[in-house]
Amino acid sequence: MNSAPAIIQAQNLTKIYHVGEVDVPALRGVSLTVPRGEFLAIVGPSGSGKSTLFHILGGLASPTAGTVNIDGEDLTQLTDSDRTNLRRRKVGFVFQKYNLLPTLSAIDNIRIAQHFGRNREALSPDFHSLLKELGIHHRLHHKPRAMSGGEQQRVAIARALVNNPAILLADEPTGNLDTENSEIVLHLLRDLNQKIGQTILMITHNPEAAAYAHRTVHMRDGKIVD
Amino acid sequence: MINRLVLENLKHRRLRTLLSALSIGFQVTMILTVVGISRGMLEDSVTRARGVGADVWIKPPGASAISLSGASMPVKILDYFRKQPHVTQAAGTLVIPIGGISTVTGIQLDEFTALSGKFKFVAGGPFQSPDDLIIDDWYAEQSKKKVGDSVSILNHNYRVSGIVEAGKLARLFVPLDTLQNLTGNTGKISQAYLKLDDPENTGAVIAALKQNLDDYTILSIEEFVSMFNVNNIPGLQAFIYVIIGLSIIIGFLVVGLTMYTSVLERTREIGILKALGASPPDILSIIVRETLLLALGGWLAGLALSYAAHATINGLIRANLQSVIVVDWWPIALLIAVVASLLGAVYPGLRAARQDAIEALAYE
Repeated sequence: MNSAPAIIQAQNLTKIYHVGEVDVPALRGVSLTVPRGEFLAIVGPSGSGKSTLFHILGGLASPTAGTVNIDGEDLTQLTDSDRTNLRRRKVGFVFQKYNLLPTLSAIDNIRIAQHFGRNREALSPDFHSLLKELGIHHRLHHKPRAMSGGEQQRVAIARALVNNPAILLADEPTGNLDTENSEIVLHLLRDLNQKIGQTILMITHNPEAAAYAHRTVHMRDGKIVD
Repeated sequence: MINRLVLENLKHRRLRTLLSALSIGFQVTMILTVVGISRGMLEDSVTRARGVGADVWIKPPGASAISLSGASMPVKILDYFRKQPHVTQAAGTLVIPIGGISTVTGIQLDEFTALSGKFKFVAGGPFQSPDDLIIDDWYAEQSKKKVGDSVSILNHNYRVSGIVEAGKLARLFVPLDTLQNLTGNTGKISQAYLKLDDPENTGAVIAALKQNLDDYTILSIEEFVSMFNVNNIPGLQAFIYVIIGLSIIIGFLVVGLTMYTSVLERTREIGILKALGASPPDILSIIVRETLLLALGGWLAGLALSYAAHATINGLIRANLQSVIVVDWWPIALLIAVVASLLGAVYPGLRAARQDAIEALAYE
């Protein structure tokens, strides 16, 4: 796995938030290399900077200093609209709270991600089999409020993958799920990684969830500690 | 796909969508009704002026052409008019305002019908006594008067002697002498109508009359009715502009408030859209499309409401206010609704477009 080319290369990332007149460092020099096809867990207590790292890697925020390169694209130099483009093409998000659009059905949640990804093609047969594997193919016309948390999270995973992103970023994907649904989701993430070689970065504070990953890095006080 | 999202968003908060569209609807109705009444009343005035059947209309010096009353001229001037070449009939009227825009018109019945033709009585008949009153059917309908009823005008009681079809000169006719004496205008009339042997001679007759009466307003009936337009009624155009201005402000406020609460409520969804790769213009376009749909829905509601207002006005108070449906103003009203709504959407739209994705995603 380590011989594969790196899909994420972060060097000495620093992020300082200005809160009033106080500077709050969230990242204090994080360096991280993720090979293509890796399933990586980032573990740390709240306030350790893992969400900030997640936001920078996902193109939702820019670092104060340091460099980061995703799938050959240098994020340091990006403008806001470049970062919007990055989110469209390279990144798929899965959130703790699912974050489906409540007014749209499951399939429309997926299609709108496709729309913003400027992906005008019909859903491929591969994607349809993915929906089957996720076990949501028969629930596609339901709105989120008619679905269980586990189902919503599986729709969110499908939505994150519809544009074939280089990396799947999952922020506490099982944080709102019971044990059974957590296991289903974690199995699915591991299967996706194994079957289609999807690179996955998962933030979690749950060591059992982290155990599904190939590798776990620990963060504390804005640094990677091992 | 975006249109689906826009539609679902509007459906999601049905009551709010409905109320906003209704508010825009009232704004549209307000404009259409004001314009409809202005035009309806002018058209009614034109119909009644034409209904006289005269060829020339004369008003003495110092009176504006279409004001309700004005300086008077002596009744004897009618004899002078009758002696002019081509003039076959002349009739004088005294028009006295009786509050608001209503008037009572004094006529010499024989003289007037000689010029204008007989009244078409729906009920009753001509004046029987000096205190008789002829009303038109619109007035009768609205004030629920029938022949024999008593009507008080300027503190004088008249008895309804007849009800005539609307569309000739006025709604309330009383004997000229009675009105002259009651209003201190004995021997005077406020305007005169001339009937010619051939309408072709109108220009020549007017030119001849003007040589001796150059201070008088002397117009052909067509010239006279052409003065019944919005621009000639003092303040009417300005009033319509004020109504349009007010309705733009109302539309702006309503849509501004609706879209503002809608954007606040959907902060988290805006964060999601941004995470999915929506750019600020994408977000703005969603807000703009929702606004345009609201404006369009409001406009349609406004058209329906304007028909209701039209029917109500003409059904209940046709003698005072006449309304017409002003189809040519529909696109203007749509434009006003759209402009007002888009103005209202500017701030919420920009706020949504600029919303920070991370903050939005953290929003509970």
